[in-house]
Amino acid sequence: MLEILGLLAQGFVVVFEPQNLLLIVVGCTLGLFIGAMPGLGSVNGVAILLPLTFLVPPTGAVIFLAAIYYGAMYGGAISSIMLGIPGASTAVATTFDGRPLAKQGMADKALIGAAVASFVGGTISVVLFTFFAPPLAHVALVFGAPEEFALMMLAFATFVGLGGDDIFKTLFSIAIGLVLSAIGFDIISGEPRLVLWGITGFLHGVNFLVLAIGIYGIGEMLWTVEEHALGGGKSMLSDATVSVERTMTALKDLLRTWKSSVMGSLLGYFVGILPAAGATPGSLMAYGIAKQISNEPEKFGNGAIEGVVAPEAANNAASTGSMLPMLTLGIPGSPTTAILLGGMVIWGLEPGPLLFVDHSEFVWGLIASLYAANLVTVLINIAFIPVFIKVLKTPFTILAPIIFTLCLIGGYAPTQDMHDVWLMIVFGIVGYLMRKLDYPLAPAVLAIVLGPLAEPALRQSLIISEGSFMIFFERLYAGPIMVTALILLFLPVFKRVYDRIRKPRAPAEQ
Amino acid sequence: MALLMGVFSIYLMVKSAELPIGWIDEEGPGGGTWPFWLATIMLISCGGIIYNWFRKKGPIATSNKTYIEAHVLGDVAAVAVALIITVALFSFIGVYGALPLFLIFYIRFMGKHSWKLTAALTVGVPVVTFYFFEITLKIILPKGVTEPLFLPLYKMFL
Repeated sequence: MLEILGLLAQGFVVVFEPQNLLLIVVGCTLGLFIGAMPGLGSVNGVAILLPLTFLVPPTGAVIFLAAIYYGAMYGGAISSIMLGIPGASTAVATTFDGRPLAKQGMADKALIGAAVASFVGGTISVVLFTFFAPPLAHVALVFGAPEEFALMMLAFATFVGLGGDDIFKTLFSIAIGLVLSAIGFDIISGEPRLVLWGITGFLHGVNFLVLAIGIYGIGEMLWTVEEHALGGGKSMLSDATVSVERTMTALKDLLRTWKSSVMGSLLGYFVGILPAAGATPGSLMAYGIAKQISNEPEKFGNGAIEGVVAPEAANNAASTGSMLPMLTLGIPGSPTTAILLGGMVIWGLEPGPLLFVDHSEFVWGLIASLYAANLVTVLINIAFIPVFIKVLKTPFTILAPIIFTLCLIGGYAPTQDMHDVWLMIVFGIVGYLMRKLDYPLAPAVLAIVLGPLAEPALRQSLIISEGSFMIFFERLYAGPIMVTALILLFLPVFKRVYDRIRKPRAPAEQ
Repeated sequence: MALLMGVFSIYLMVKSAELPIGWIDEEGPGGGTWPFWLATIMLISCGGIIYNWFRKKGPIATSNKTYIEAHVLGDVAAVAVALIITVALFSFIGVYGALPLFLIFYIRFMGKHSWKLTAALTVGVPVVTFYFFEITLKIILPKGVTEPLFLPLYKMFL
């Protein structure tokens, strides 16, 4: 306990270096802007801006990206409330009551509620994180190759079992991500592998950033172009009056909603830890529960402030929760943390439990920066509400070409090879078409990041066991993890069988 | 889509099989094993997707929503083509030749904004790009035939 507090204090020393403090402020502000733009969320922001972090040391880079992640989570609420369009999928639940409130002329109350709830969610979850992470990392220290592979199987299995998308499409997405990561050289024999169509550019493999910017930058922007064209280019911006007096009354009102925000925070945190679930289902569940525990459930949907508070607390808590498995086990809990993990590999850090031992400054700097980012974001958010509303008035046709420019150059920067820019465009267009057909794309991004870790883990395990797959079931930690993974993987099948048994051809008999 | 991806999976399987896909004594699984079986999972998934589509199951097959509205298709296709042309031009007239063209196309012709705004952004965005990427990050972007024009600038900054 004391040891943890000591380490945390060291982390704060890192955070209070002027450069890192500046990175937090800039990151939070950028994140807020990105989150506030309809259609763009934390994943997009982190994917598009990751190439900019090559300038600073790893600790600064991860602090910057974590600040963007946080800022975007706060910012998502702004367009949900003001435009009625979720800033990101994670802010969908915020539109349910945030939009009605804005229409009743109480946009400021909703915005402040969202900001404060996000702060509560963020803070509660960071405290939980601080005390959960070190023991978990300690347990994970004894993990060998079989345990690592079992954990990755578990991550993929949650997508199949709990992701809620078409099972075959999810499987396809995972497999293609893993295959793409296998392109380049065989890690053990050193032979060139999967040099597609003999194009030499594939020799250096497919960089995960190329796929991430392709899907979350180019692909997502094409999607937004379409939505924008469908909407006829018009937006329905609500008015908001902001004054110190109104802010104070709003804050007083919020005291009564503490139950919703605490519930949302706890729920969001634990849902966020699961790889496939994350902030979107977390915030929807929090909304549902807030409605159930409310004294006036009929107010939900017509502008209940609890309906804004609960999901906003949950989605921020989930974003912290998703960092727990990323830092301690090397398994990302969300697409955004998958990109952060890929970034860590680029910066030369090996993800996993050893991080706590070998790079304690990095880990605790990141954790401390989460506390700081929370505080900075809530202050910037409330102080600059009028500015964000102005930003939402910026026409999409001005923002879009600037974001596309960032994507094109961001795709070139890591390897400085035109081959990667082409590949990114291909991923963007194919990703857009696949998304239109309801293929989930997050599993592919997770897979391309985990691929280079999963394959050696599998091969080493099989070498240890001389080819027997039983190694994954016989070991103390690997066994239960693998069994859980298999249960999750076959969950959809069990469900179907169960439904059949319970209702044996009911319609046919009638 | 699934059909195309199925063909791609088979190609990946064949490509993986160029390396040993079986067990090598003293060495473990061959280098092609991992991608080979993954590509097989891809192929099976494609089969499953097509099968579901035939049975008319799942939200896509049963929905009446058109894949994409005709008037929207134009916009999306225009942006996609503009991106491809821009990237193609990177190698010939360089980033600083292609980017302004893309910006003019998007802001003036897609967005129908005034020439004044278009001009400001067309000049502003590449200048910021140059300062940030080339000077601060020291990442040299492709110049194509415009290379000689940048030599004096490099002398000044690098």
